[in-house]
Amino acid sequence: MALGIALFLAFLTIISVYLFWAHVWWFPANIVTHGAAIDRQFNLTLIICGIIFVLAQFGLAYYVWKYRERGNGRKAIYSHGNNKLEATWTIAAAIVFIGLNLLGYRVWANMHFTGAAPNALRIEVWGEQFQWYFRYPGPDGQFGPVHPELMNDGNANYLGLDRAHDQASKDDIVTATLGIPVDREVELILRSKDVNHSFYCRELRVHQDLVPGMEIPIHFQTTDEALRNGEGGVPGRYEIVCTQLCGLGHYKMRAFLQVMTDQDFEKWLQAQAEAQ
Amino acid sequence: MSEAHVAAVHRHEAPKSFIWKYVFSLDHKVIGKQYYFLALFSVFVGMLLSMLMRWHLVWPDAHIPGLHLLSATGAPSDQMTPEYYLSLMTMHATLMVFFVLTTAPQGGFGNYFLPIQIGAEDMAFPRLNMLSFWVTLAGLLVLISAFFVADGPPLSGWTAYPPLSALGSVAGPGEGLGQDLWIISIALFCVGSLLGAINFISTLLELRTRGMKLMRLPLTCWAWGITAVLALLSFAVLFAAGILLFLDRVGGTSFFIPGGEVISDRLITGHLGGSPLLWQHLFWFFGHPEVYIAILPGMGITSHILSTFARKPIFGYRAMAYSMMAIGFLSFCVWGHHMFVSGMSPYTGFAFSIMTMAIGVPSAIKTFNWLGTLWGGRLRLTTAMLFAIGFVSLFVTGGLSGLFLAQPPVDVPLHAGYFVVGHFHMVMGVAAIFAMFAGTFFWFPKMFGRMMNETLGKIHFWVTFVGVYCIFMPMHYLGIAGNIRRYSRFDQVNFLNSPHIIGLHEFMTIAAFITGAVQLVFLFNLFWSMFKGEKATENPWEATSLEWTIPSPPPHDNFAGKIPAVYHDPYEFGVPGAAKDYVMQDSPEAPTRGH
Repeated sequence: MALGIALFLAFLTIISVYLFWAHVWWFPANIVTHGAAIDRQFNLTLIICGIIFVLAQFGLAYYVWKYRERGNGRKAIYSHGNNKLEATWTIAAAIVFIGLNLLGYRVWANMHFTGAAPNALRIEVWGEQFQWYFRYPGPDGQFGPVHPELMNDGNANYLGLDRAHDQASKDDIVTATLGIPVDREVELILRSKDVNHSFYCRELRVHQDLVPGMEIPIHFQTTDEALRNGEGGVPGRYEIVCTQLCGLGHYKMRAFLQVMTDQDFEKWLQAQAEAQ
Repeated sequence: MSEAHVAAVHRHEAPKSFIWKYVFSLDHKVIGKQYYFLALFSVFVGMLLSMLMRWHLVWPDAHIPGLHLLSATGAPSDQMTPEYYLSLMTMHATLMVFFVLTTAPQGGFGNYFLPIQIGAEDMAFPRLNMLSFWVTLAGLLVLISAFFVADGPPLSGWTAYPPLSALGSVAGPGEGLGQDLWIISIALFCVGSLLGAINFISTLLELRTRGMKLMRLPLTCWAWGITAVLALLSFAVLFAAGILLFLDRVGGTSFFIPGGEVISDRLITGHLGGSPLLWQHLFWFFGHPEVYIAILPGMGITSHILSTFARKPIFGYRAMAYSMMAIGFLSFCVWGHHMFVSGMSPYTGFAFSIMTMAIGVPSAIKTFNWLGTLWGGRLRLTTAMLFAIGFVSLFVTGGLSGLFLAQPPVDVPLHAGYFVVGHFHMVMGVAAIFAMFAGTFFWFPKMFGRMMNETLGKIHFWVTFVGVYCIFMPMHYLGIAGNIRRYSRFDQVNFLNSPHIIGLHEFMTIAAFITGAVQLVFLFNLFWSMFKGEKATENPWEATSLEWTIPSPPPHDNFAGKIPAVYHDPYEFGVPGAAKDYVMQDSPEAPTRGH
């Protein structure tokens, strides 16, 4: 029985570590400037946790096997513990855990503690059960006010714009795809019409909730890598999904991100404007 | 709370009639069993729901025989609708978190054994104890009734985030009466837990027998006591939050509903200025201590059993007790790690992150001490011991994945995905349930006067241990690959609709079916042993705490009118020079060295 436990724990440990090590299931390509730092922090955490995992599981396996009752009259060690050991592993655990956390501080700070650059492309991201909409401010650089009482998907006024009366709304462009230029900073302003949603694009390493009543900003910049990859063989195309339970159609709340060259982006945006 | 305190002063005569003896009982032992069986019922219902969910996830268009009997609208032609999947998920989580993980280790084992282990005749407030159970049962019945309402059970998850949970049926199926019943059920559960917590704390502080100093308490009692404090402080907040949510739904208030909501092209009027994030703060202020409410008793039980069957004193008794206190305190400082991407201030997120990493330290101390307890022992690999060893392994695995999620930048790609599902199922689900299995095999002889079958127990252990790793370990890989949780099917997102993802889900589903099936072996063993098991002696495990000094099962007043006196620490095994390899806590033998 003891040998069985020991062998199983050893097997479990080896196979688990292998599957992490071999990246059998892994993150997709990173296409943003901040992504490498996230991936590095993940890998560092994986290495530290991996070492602890191996030591703890192998230690458990070894002790179960070595100290099993063998009926040979051996007495158990009579010990109530060791204060020096307690202090050592307390301090060691504190240093490793808190230190690991502090190493991740800069990654988080770069993502959140500073706002987007003034020349960043600003786009509103709107969620509703179970659709995504994206709003570009148009040539005036201003988002027009939204009027909830005018929101109506049936007549394609998804965001409740009053283009007839609000000057700033006249050139606003509302799309179902998030088109962005490569290698330029983008600020997304996340808003919801109804319930909580969450914006997640794996390749962007961006994950942020949309909360009704709030405007939540998040910024990032894609790299050239974005054009070298793409979902379904389409360069620059990636899936955006909702990850906050929003109702029965949560599983199908999806849109596409399309990363383009500057020129392609301008053409695309122009075409979208003409289609309004 | 002095050591010289006279033991339980409460007395109530043994009832004669069936109804007062087994139904409206004031006896903590009967109430403990009532809680245990309530949790047993809940865990099997919850597990059945998880099997249906696993089935649907990998074969979303399958006809599940007989499913329409459970819900004609949720499963027309036996095919599960997306909303019914979410309802089953919500009910599964609510049953498991509240009526299993919170109920069995504390209300069940704690009720039965806390008074005996401290040398008391009963809990401090027996009537309150009975009331706690009946209110909890009412909560369960209200929750179960949500299955049978026309609109279907709620689908907003066990976290019930508003506005989805606050807007009523306009937000979709399941958000009508079913959600109301969910809130009422949870409010009742909170009341039951609060009453129970007061009773546990009073009993532990006031009814310890002579010589039972705090530092002579079995670690189980420390765990139950600290858990009761957490319950007292956290369930009060959930209760208040539940009332506010209910008022938003039926009273026209706007605690959690902002103005200008438009849902299905309909403008929601009458609400203004509410904050959906307020609910998340209130919920997780409860929700994270709740994780420790589920696992702390398991830590106590595991410590108790590892020491008993290693035939060694627990390694670092004081460190074990203090680390549980540290976990208890820190558990109230970490709730924001559930909200890194919620829209909460990122500065606050980082502060919560530091506190969350800090709570890993006492958890690591406990793991080191469990290994230290095994070191140099003479391990008797009973089924109880196997489950306790399994607990340590699962706790390590599940705990370590928490270190990823505790860091905001690493949480970004993993949030709301299967990595999270794997993490919390490992650590607060399966590890806690392993402790319950360990406790069941360990204390069954005392509770029912008979032994459980060890062969069946070991078969059950092995299949379950291998099975849970096969189910929950792959979830971590899926999470890294971006597999999102709470999706009823994966065919609407290209990166999920691949054999790479679905194939692993199929493996997990088959593992879940096998693991689920073997729980019937446990169920058979439990009930068969109650009536046909070998008769248990007073102390079949050669353990040291006070419950093993009295007959199996114990008499109505536990110690037959005698007040036990305690002379020893709780884990005096392998004592050099002692007559046997263990010294009972009430043995008048010369005091041992102690910790």
